[in-house]
Amino acid sequence: MSDILLARYADALIWLARYVERVENLARILDVNETFARNTEGGQDWAPIVQLHSDEAAFAARHREATAETVLAFYVTDATNPSSIVSAVRAARENARMLRPLISTEMWVQLNMFHNRLSALSAADLAPGRLSPLFSEIKLACQTHTGITEGTFYRDQAWFFYQLGRYLERADQTTRLLDMKYHVLLPDPRDLGSPVDAGQWNVLLRSAAGYHAFRRIHATGMTPAQVAGFLLLNRRFPRSVYLCVREAEMLLSELRARYGLRGGTGAAEQLDGLRGLLSAVTIDEILVRGLHEFLDMIQLRLNLAAEDLAVGFFGYSAASPSAPSVPAQ
Amino acid sequence: MILDRYATDPALGDFYCEMLNDPAGAPVRARLAALSIEALHGRAAAAEAELYNLGITFTVYSDKDAIDRILPFDVIPRVLSAADWRQIETGVIQRVRALNLLLADLYHERKILRDGVLPADLVLGHAQFRPIMQDLDLPHGTYVTVCGTDIIRDDAGGFLVLEDNARTPSGVSYVIENRHMMQRAFPDLLRGIALRPVDHYGPQLRAALREIAPPEALDPSVVLLSPGSYNSAFFEHVFLAREMGVPLVEGRDLTVENDRVFMRTTGGLARVDVIYRRINDEFLDPEVFRADSALGVPGLMRAYRAGNVGLANAVGTGVADDKAMYAYMPRIIRYYLGQDQILPNVETHLCREAEGLAYTLDHLAELVVKPVGEAGGYGITIGPRASRAELAACRAQLLADPANYISQPCISLSVAPTLVDGEVVPRHVDFRPFAVTGAKTWVLPGGLTRVALRQGSLIVNSSQGGGSKDTWVLE
Repeated sequence: MSDILLARYADALIWLARYVERVENLARILDVNETFARNTEGGQDWAPIVQLHSDEAAFAARHREATAETVLAFYVTDATNPSSIVSAVRAARENARMLRPLISTEMWVQLNMFHNRLSALSAADLAPGRLSPLFSEIKLACQTHTGITEGTFYRDQAWFFYQLGRYLERADQTTRLLDMKYHVLLPDPRDLGSPVDAGQWNVLLRSAAGYHAFRRIHATGMTPAQVAGFLLLNRRFPRSVYLCVREAEMLLSELRARYGLRGGTGAAEQLDGLRGLLSAVTIDEILVRGLHEFLDMIQLRLNLAAEDLAVGFFGYSAASPSAPSVPAQ
Repeated sequence: MILDRYATDPALGDFYCEMLNDPAGAPVRARLAALSIEALHGRAAAAEAELYNLGITFTVYSDKDAIDRILPFDVIPRVLSAADWRQIETGVIQRVRALNLLLADLYHERKILRDGVLPADLVLGHAQFRPIMQDLDLPHGTYVTVCGTDIIRDDAGGFLVLEDNARTPSGVSYVIENRHMMQRAFPDLLRGIALRPVDHYGPQLRAALREIAPPEALDPSVVLLSPGSYNSAFFEHVFLAREMGVPLVEGRDLTVENDRVFMRTTGGLARVDVIYRRINDEFLDPEVFRADSALGVPGLMRAYRAGNVGLANAVGTGVADDKAMYAYMPRIIRYYLGQDQILPNVETHLCREAEGLAYTLDHLAELVVKPVGEAGGYGITIGPRASRAELAACRAQLLADPANYISQPCISLSVAPTLVDGEVVPRHVDFRPFAVTGAKTWVLPGGLTRVALRQGSLIVNSSQGGGSKDTWVLE
């Protein structure tokens, strides 16, 4: 059994990792929006979070206005919203449940407890004073999952697929975050490169847990180009798009070589091409050509890579049957 | 202390108590005496929380809102002496031998029908009789690889077999998990008591499965076929796949090409030699059985008939384990083995026979009436407990379809001390040991003790509000 992996399990592993990664990112976005975006113009703007996830229609079907209450309810506790945290944790747990023969008991128990905890949340838990501790708890639970996985998950094919899912999702999430914040914060392209309100860029960097890392290479000052460049191209920051693509590419290539797998050629080519591009291009070139277009192109190529993995390893191209909700594209 | 009040509980009545009447209970009684009820309760709560966190749950179909429920675990163990265990072990082995010989005969020459020991129509007209099995030779003649035998104890303390489960008996995962739970929650209770271990079930089952592989498979690859993660026993499927170290597959993971079975892996198709299937016959292969089954594998029966894959349990074992065939077990054992039953049956009246029906109708209020085809405690009428209307309904069903029913005297199931709502009270229990058969039969030294948590209830099934206990077989 050690040298083979059911195709269905490989698929579920990718999704397990993706859902947990997605939960962590969503908690980060909601948390910083709640905590740091407050001081911009005396209020908070919650609508971009809905736009970021392309959830305008689903949101409008449930709520009339994008306020802190409605957006938080929609993205944290609404079990009927497939992109909510509680739904994503549920999806992660369902994939884990299917993967029980493969994953460690400790991974399962922690996810099960996480799920039980979130299922018990009520509207009262989203009261202003309780939000930040709640998001910390959610992030911590995701990181605990990651740590338990690192420390207990057997390193065979399954591990590679799991890690692939994690890095593909993280790369995607960082491009989304950057796309939204960049345009909200700096709608006018002519302002590129100008110094801006540092508070807002703190928010962006903190969403990605990157503020302190950023300060290590840019001790003073903060321009939009520097922040975008850091999140896209930095070689050492674990949430940068470059690093995630590089990890995914290395994982896939080692997976295919070590286990003699023939699938995934297209994905390997996509990731190789992306990495080449991200290591050659400068942030100024990207900004000149248009950041939004560049991010779109990266997301498209990440999707093509994921699609090719599905076709090559799992034998189908449609959305995963093990994933109750498909990622917001 | 804990048992002092229990021992004078009027609910004990004349029932046989597993803890008080059986000398094997002495060491546990002594250890329990050192615990306060609060301590017992506290540890029980911790154990329950652990089960919840582990997600050791089962699905209740009648309970839509509670998809995941914990199988309640009772912390007070049930103890069996070495001598009692010997009777159970040899009795179970005897029954499994007889069942396998019966099935081999029914699907080959049918001598037992020609000799008039079994009525032919009972077998050949049976919904679970599978003509497709005719003349298929199975390695070692093993049809029933896994057998669960339901055993009760009457008020004299004697063991009686209630039924043989020769299709896909479940519950063995609880046997092992309950022991682990016990070891964590009550290490002091176990200290100094020599128990037979239960944790080698997985390797034993895997070895037996490899023994029933097609002979040309040199290093047989085994899989466990599950209906999927929404099945009520999925937790057990996961557990067994892990204990055996084999892939847990669903029908959609398998494919049949050239009458050979393969699983879809990331590296392409990989050969499968033996399938421990936890799917009923009807769903196994839409080409042969239910065409609407999405759980099965088209072509599986072709591969099976060609001798290219082993199935456990074999197809068609359901004809041997139903409640009508059960009534004939004493005769079947005598016919094939020339022996008396080591574990006796409960006296059973076959309503398909005129005298059985007449007796049942005359004594309806004293008898337990069971449909022969149902599992899980559904459709049972317990005469002494039934209302007048329920008895009338039962009578009408009996007259409408007598062959579908058997009746048995109301046996007083034994009781065991059980923690319910913070008190230790007597509750009825039964026992299901598990026998694994490849080339020969091995019985796990332990088993599932199920307990009816509702006061006075005789129905111990998990789907009907039952719980379970750790079962200790003493060395």
